[in-house]
Amino acid sequence: MTKFEYAPAPESRSIVDIKSSYGLYIGGEFVDGKGGSFKSISPSTEEVLAEVTEATADDVDLAVKAARQAYDKVWSKLPGSERAKYLYRIARIMAERSREFAVLESLDNGKPIKESRDVDLPLVSQWFFYYAGWADKLGHAGLGPDPKALGVAGQVIPWNFPIMMLAWKIAPALAAGNTVVLKPAETTPLTALLFAEVCQQAELPPGVVNIITGAGATGQALVEHPDVDKVAFTGSTAVGKAIARSVAGTSKKVTLELGGKAANIVFDDAPLDQAVEGIVGGIFFNQGHVCCAGSRLLVQESVYDEVIDKLKQRMSTLRLGDPLDKNTDIGAINSAEQLARIKELSDVGDAEGAERWSAPCEIPDSGFWFAPTIFTGVTQAHRIAREEIFGPVLSILTFRTPAEAVEKANNTPYGLSAGVWTEKGSRILSMANQLRAGVVWANTFNKFDPASPFGGYKESGYGREGGRHGLAAYLQGASA
Amino acid sequence: MTGATASLRKTLGGLPGVDQVGLEARAAGLGTRSIKTTAKAWAIDLAISMVDLTTLEGADTPGKVRALANKAMRPDPTDPSCPSAAAVCVYPDMVKIAKDTLGDSGLNVASVATAFPSGRAALDIKLADTRDAVEAGADEIDMVIDRGAFLTGNYELVFDEIVATKEACARPDGTHAHLKVIFETGELQTYDNVRKASWLAMMAGADFIKTSTGKVQPAATLPVTLVMLEAVRDFRAETGRQVGVKPAGGIKTSKDAIKYLVMVNEIVGEDWLDPDWFRFGASSLLNDLLLQRQKIATGHYSGPDYVTLD
Amino acid sequence: MTRLDVRKTHKLYIGGAFPRSESGRTFEAVDAKGGFLGNMALASRKDARDAVLAARKAFGGWSTRTPYNRGQVVYRLAEVMEGRRDQFIEQLRAAEGLNDKKATTYVDAAIDRVVWYAGWADKYVQVLGNGNPVSGPFFNLSTPEPTGVVATVAPSGPLLGLVSVIAPAIVTGNTVVVIASEKYPVPAVTLSECMATSDLPGGVVNILTGKPAEIAPWLASHMDVNALDLAGVDDPELAASLEVAAADNLKRVLRAPSAPVDWLAEPTLARLEGLVETKTVWHPIGV
Repeated sequence: MTKFEYAPAPESRSIVDIKSSYGLYIGGEFVDGKGGSFKSISPSTEEVLAEVTEATADDVDLAVKAARQAYDKVWSKLPGSERAKYLYRIARIMAERSREFAVLESLDNGKPIKESRDVDLPLVSQWFFYYAGWADKLGHAGLGPDPKALGVAGQVIPWNFPIMMLAWKIAPALAAGNTVVLKPAETTPLTALLFAEVCQQAELPPGVVNIITGAGATGQALVEHPDVDKVAFTGSTAVGKAIARSVAGTSKKVTLELGGKAANIVFDDAPLDQAVEGIVGGIFFNQGHVCCAGSRLLVQESVYDEVIDKLKQRMSTLRLGDPLDKNTDIGAINSAEQLARIKELSDVGDAEGAERWSAPCEIPDSGFWFAPTIFTGVTQAHRIAREEIFGPVLSILTFRTPAEAVEKANNTPYGLSAGVWTEKGSRILSMANQLRAGVVWANTFNKFDPASPFGGYKESGYGREGGRHGLAAYLQGASA
Repeated sequence: MTGATASLRKTLGGLPGVDQVGLEARAAGLGTRSIKTTAKAWAIDLAISMVDLTTLEGADTPGKVRALANKAMRPDPTDPSCPSAAAVCVYPDMVKIAKDTLGDSGLNVASVATAFPSGRAALDIKLADTRDAVEAGADEIDMVIDRGAFLTGNYELVFDEIVATKEACARPDGTHAHLKVIFETGELQTYDNVRKASWLAMMAGADFIKTSTGKVQPAATLPVTLVMLEAVRDFRAETGRQVGVKPAGGIKTSKDAIKYLVMVNEIVGEDWLDPDWFRFGASSLLNDLLLQRQKIATGHYSGPDYVTLD
Repeated sequence: MTRLDVRKTHKLYIGGAFPRSESGRTFEAVDAKGGFLGNMALASRKDARDAVLAARKAFGGWSTRTPYNRGQVVYRLAEVMEGRRDQFIEQLRAAEGLNDKKATTYVDAAIDRVVWYAGWADKYVQVLGNGNPVSGPFFNLSTPEPTGVVATVAPSGPLLGLVSVIAPAIVTGNTVVVIASEKYPVPAVTLSECMATSDLPGGVVNILTGKPAEIAPWLASHMDVNALDLAGVDDPELAASLEVAAADNLKRVLRAPSAPVDWLAEPTLARLEGLVETKTVWHPIGV
């Protein structure tokens, strides 16, 4: 029994009204699909939240047709200033209803309410607000005086940041003048379906946004649909490669935001307490279900013991449990399947001789959980130093010199993000130059902003989301 | 530059830097903890027991100090379950009044000293000020460091003054008044300076480190206190000696106080969740804690007429 | 007695050297009328592999040269080409059967194109990069960087098309393995000689002569190639299969053109932009 026991502080779930079943949002209304349905559960309790429609290829076709029609007849004819106002409306509604979305997100995804409330939803509203302002300024984006939209965008998003990824995809697409068909992940479809209601509330013309639900086959049908002009995907590198193959020989433009195995590099002159926060935030934010997570910690050997001590001490204060409790730091793993994957790779870490240490946490009886865990004694030759675990598991390696840190950091097929911690300015710039990663966080980690381009090198994908670059990904005249 | 100064510079310069943005984000993050029901009731009582109820005005009189001391002993005279404050904090010439009023209540008298709040006086005057307070019965001395010397890098002078003041805290019976060292963090400006000052004071023998005099803005803030908590944590890990922390000035609401307690809990742990190791230098805070305490007890909001004036 | 001319052995250009194909194979380059122009090295997959190794080796040094220096080096290439202007004109006339005026137009455009791109070396970062106004106390800067090793199937325009794909790749700091036009390989060999006698470090550009259909799949599937430029692929099936192979390590692909390209037209930044990566760096702002 600790002295200062925090009493439960649950966020009320009464703010959100979950329907027992959901259809597909096509052409501005919810319609029945032609296929079956599946259940979306709460990963923290395994409670069934709703029945969701599994869209078939025919359903996908209907959605693409609706998007095409909306593009041809309405959206492409609207002046940018009018598109902007729709997006501003959506931004405002998302801010007004943010608590409702945050609660639903935490229920469906398992992430702590403090993250959905303080990170995801504020960024969602901001993302729409940022791109709203681009809609009537496309001629200033560096692509000529009057760049054209691409047409219909097929967008497939992951389960780790469901509503945030929706905003990252839909906001720039609509601002640039495209219409969209978006498929949320099968384990986390509910906030996207609630977003469909926001589209109705904003009186967005029917067909400009279509939301279809389903699993891999639905996504594949969308990506391969011949009338889709742009494919945007966030998810695993394996699926990203399959998409790259499936669009080969077509004129579809593609943006892929895939996996990572980011190095978070701590030098001995780092601001250590903040570095420890950055390490913890880098790997345990969102249960480590983050493509840009700092999953490989590289610590300079001269400061190794101190960093590990502080890290363990800090991890011991992490609170794992009910995602709706406002004091929860670590929520549920999103699915049984993902939990199995995390366990499997952690077992590999044990088998390969790395030393496991987990924060002392009480694991709830139902739901999917994994305590924050570090592996020390890891080398580049360990699988847990190379493969993306996508969970709250940190592999810790050491280095002696800046050159060794760079070599190890870059020794991966991925290249999404990297972290550098040092108080020496010139070293930061040198490291930032040499790291082959799309985002380099120096003396910080896991920061996102709609004005800041995000995306990877190498097998972490191509194209950027956010900023002017993210807008260009939805306009003609850009190369990729 | 003397060898001692060079050595102190080297030691303090070797401390890890503090990144302002990361530090403030961490403090803000801890501030989002939601402390409800039983936890809140416990925290409010703990906070009350940590208050150094303070009056440091030119207009202070024996009457004012007596009133304050009575308030410290019985913050809520209608409720015997309400804990008393930790101490009253006054100027040296008021120590005897306070001491006499508190009697054997167990509450301490803390006295500011060393030409508080600026510290701009000759060392022998500062030491006389200190000895005067101790002789009058002060249990705790809140000294100020020479910020001018600190900011010019004369760490040796600051160090030596702390050592000398600690010696001046000695009583004839061999015990000594507890020494709190005030940095006036609002004048030190950077968190790096706060961390250096914390280590400097601890190495010189401080029993407590304290943010502010209350006369300079900003006074205590969550991030500044966070840096000091990290310092006492690391200092104990290195030397085995535990040092207390006292944020002072600017803490006015129960909500603020609870944020500090959450920070203590999560940064240094429960060893510091004790009036012997953590204090609030405050005056108006106490009444807000009492109002909140009454709200929890009665279920409805209370008002200023239901708590006593200082 | 007429003097017997000394004929040239046309070789590959790899790592700054002029090797024969390791396979020992050659093929005949012919002129517009089918007459013999020369025996060309017929590059093999192993030559392609060696070229990638050379390009990778050169990448570190070339990509970290100062932009000013890269601009000067590429400009120097134009200077050396200018000295071979007559030779290029003659080779274009022979290979493509162009008249003197047309051949001159293409050669001059090619040299001017290299000059145009040389000027971008120290400017493209300013045009494609951004300072980003993020909502918090952070310095945030996006800058384009070279993507790495680029494998290119050159268009059949034997000189202008060739330099129009090489220059945008190298001016940003990439290194290149290029398969020259199968039909008109001779000017590419001359260009490689210009490179060898300019200040371009060995390995920055590697030129293979031979059959794209044979070599390109090896480059497309090579896991140490970062980007694939299909400018010269006119068979849609081959283009699609190369794209599929490129997906193995998610190479950036500049697709085969869907319509004939007018290489004389002033280029956009698209080719340059397609071969860079945007890196965004964050740093807190505090005291």
